[in-house]
Amino acid sequence: MIAEEAARAAQAAGRPHTAAARPIRARLRLTLLVFGVLAVATCALAPLIGSTSISFRRALDTSIPFADNVDAQILLIARLPRVLAGALVGAALASAGVVFQALLRNPLATPFTLGVSAGASLGAMLVIILGGSIAVGPWSPVPLASLAGAGLAAAIVYSLANGPRRVMSTTVLLLAGVTLNAFFSALILFVQYLADFSEVARATRWLMGDLDIAGFSPLVGALPLIVVAAGIFATLPSSLNLMGVDPDSASSRGVDVVATQRWAFFSASLATSAAVALAGPIGFIGIVVPHLVRLLVGVDHRIVLPASALFGATFLVGCDLIARTLMAPIEIPVGVVTAIIGGPFFLWLLVREG
Amino acid sequence: MSLGHAPYLIASEVSYAYRPHGRTASAFALSGVSLSVPRGSFTGLLGPNGCGKTTLLKLMAGVMKPSSGRVTLEGRVLADLPRREAARHVAVVPQDTHPAFDYTVLEIVLMGRHPHLGRMQLEGPEDLAIAHEALQATGTDHLAERSFTSLSGGEKQRVVIAGALAQRPDVLLLDEPTASLDLGYQLEVASLLTRLGREHRVTMVMATHDLNLAASMCNALVVLRDGRLLAHGPTADVLTATMVRQLYDVEADVRFHEGAGHLTVTPMSRVS
Repeated sequence: MIAEEAARAAQAAGRPHTAAARPIRARLRLTLLVFGVLAVATCALAPLIGSTSISFRRALDTSIPFADNVDAQILLIARLPRVLAGALVGAALASAGVVFQALLRNPLATPFTLGVSAGASLGAMLVIILGGSIAVGPWSPVPLASLAGAGLAAAIVYSLANGPRRVMSTTVLLLAGVTLNAFFSALILFVQYLADFSEVARATRWLMGDLDIAGFSPLVGALPLIVVAAGIFATLPSSLNLMGVDPDSASSRGVDVVATQRWAFFSASLATSAAVALAGPIGFIGIVVPHLVRLLVGVDHRIVLPASALFGATFLVGCDLIARTLMAPIEIPVGVVTAIIGGPFFLWLLVREG
Repeated sequence: MSLGHAPYLIASEVSYAYRPHGRTASAFALSGVSLSVPRGSFTGLLGPNGCGKTTLLKLMAGVMKPSSGRVTLEGRVLADLPRREAARHVAVVPQDTHPAFDYTVLEIVLMGRHPHLGRMQLEGPEDLAIAHEALQATGTDHLAERSFTSLSGGEKQRVVIAGALAQRPDVLLLDEPTASLDLGYQLEVASLLTRLGREHRVTMVMATHDLNLAASMCNALVVLRDGRLLAHGPTADVLTATMVRQLYDVEADVRFHEGAGHLTVTPMSRVS
């Protein structure tokens, strides 16, 4: 008995399960407060730091004409949109990761598992290498093509895994996603093979992910899509909890499993597409952030989902800060930074869970 | 006949056809099954593998719609009720549960409150009290903070039953709830179910392969073979050597066991 108690105590100490004992409302409030303050603080401080030091007071001094105020230009045109893009993309990818992991009932799924990013990348490659000039509103040709590619990939995977009023097969989803990833990657290589050197360099740079969006208009394009996805996300967590236990019993506990799967797939694909169109396929956020958050707050999706969105924003803005300051004036691609931080963490996670 | 034993959960002429993906021909899993379950009774659902037990349970839970016929609970057609509404009346305990995430026992049990939660989908003090009551009723309250996946098979099944109780159902449908448990846990879960049926006045329907378990727990049996109803009645009338031979092609000795206080089935040989 003593050994059992000791084992239990040791287990309790090593796990976040004591957190799960408090009532959900109190936990949710605390989580939103802590992660919210962290995200706001990061987004407020990050624009002030960079390879060129700027004076905040001078930047906001309205007596100096904007055209002559270099500090204001750096702050408002270079850094602020970049930080906001980082926050938006980080939040979108981290929360899409949570939703895909619940949908596929697989904690190792990422927003890119189902081929959305490969489709987006192929679209972007085609425009970068073959050229294209179609632009719609705030959407310039490359993001637009990337969005179209992502939509195509999602439509293919969805139609393969889905029957009329039938529960989606997670196995088919996964296999279709993996296959589509490989297929699109091959097409990307083929397109690059046909291209000349400078185009390939530009294409490769896009694939590394980049938050340097130079101005607010790309944000204006991506924001509505991510807001719509977030609105759908907000309706899902309780149903995702039950589907994470068992899809069959979720149904007997009042969850419309088919509808939940469809909304989850649509919203997570939408958020991922918008994020990739805005900043390229920045990897590892969709898996590192949700797992880190689960270590801290437990696995209840009602808490994990908003916490991951907020922490995703913090994490990517932080990584981008490293990317633009660590080797200044040379910038490290932000996707390289997230991979260097995320890769080892992910391996540690695999070993730990195995 | 007392009011308490009036038919309550009724399946009338229920058929269900699965349509395999990409084929137009459909295979009948159930055809023309009619049965009635009195309130507060414990009904066993017997039959060989693939006879339609699980399909019938899903239809009785209202999670699937019959191809023809209907299942009613107190006169209301289950498949026509909104999912949440149906889940407030009928709960299901599956054979085993493998969560994809590391939920705590309390979290698993609280999820039973899902059909009762408001728009924000956050449970309040009352839901928490109901969950703790369910944990106590199943003797698992000391496990509340534990990780579900770290539990033994018997503990898991008791926790899943607690979750179903937290749903506050009138009817509990059990799909081979003891199939993956060893003998000790089988008896533990069986006595728990019998006690819950008695104390909480929950109507139970249990699919099982274990004839002795059914004999010890159920006051009525429903027997299916190839999707059709073979027999339906009080346990003592239905559970006979003839029935066992018909169902499983097995010669068995069926007799009343004085010590156990119920019928027992001893398989003797396979009929060739």
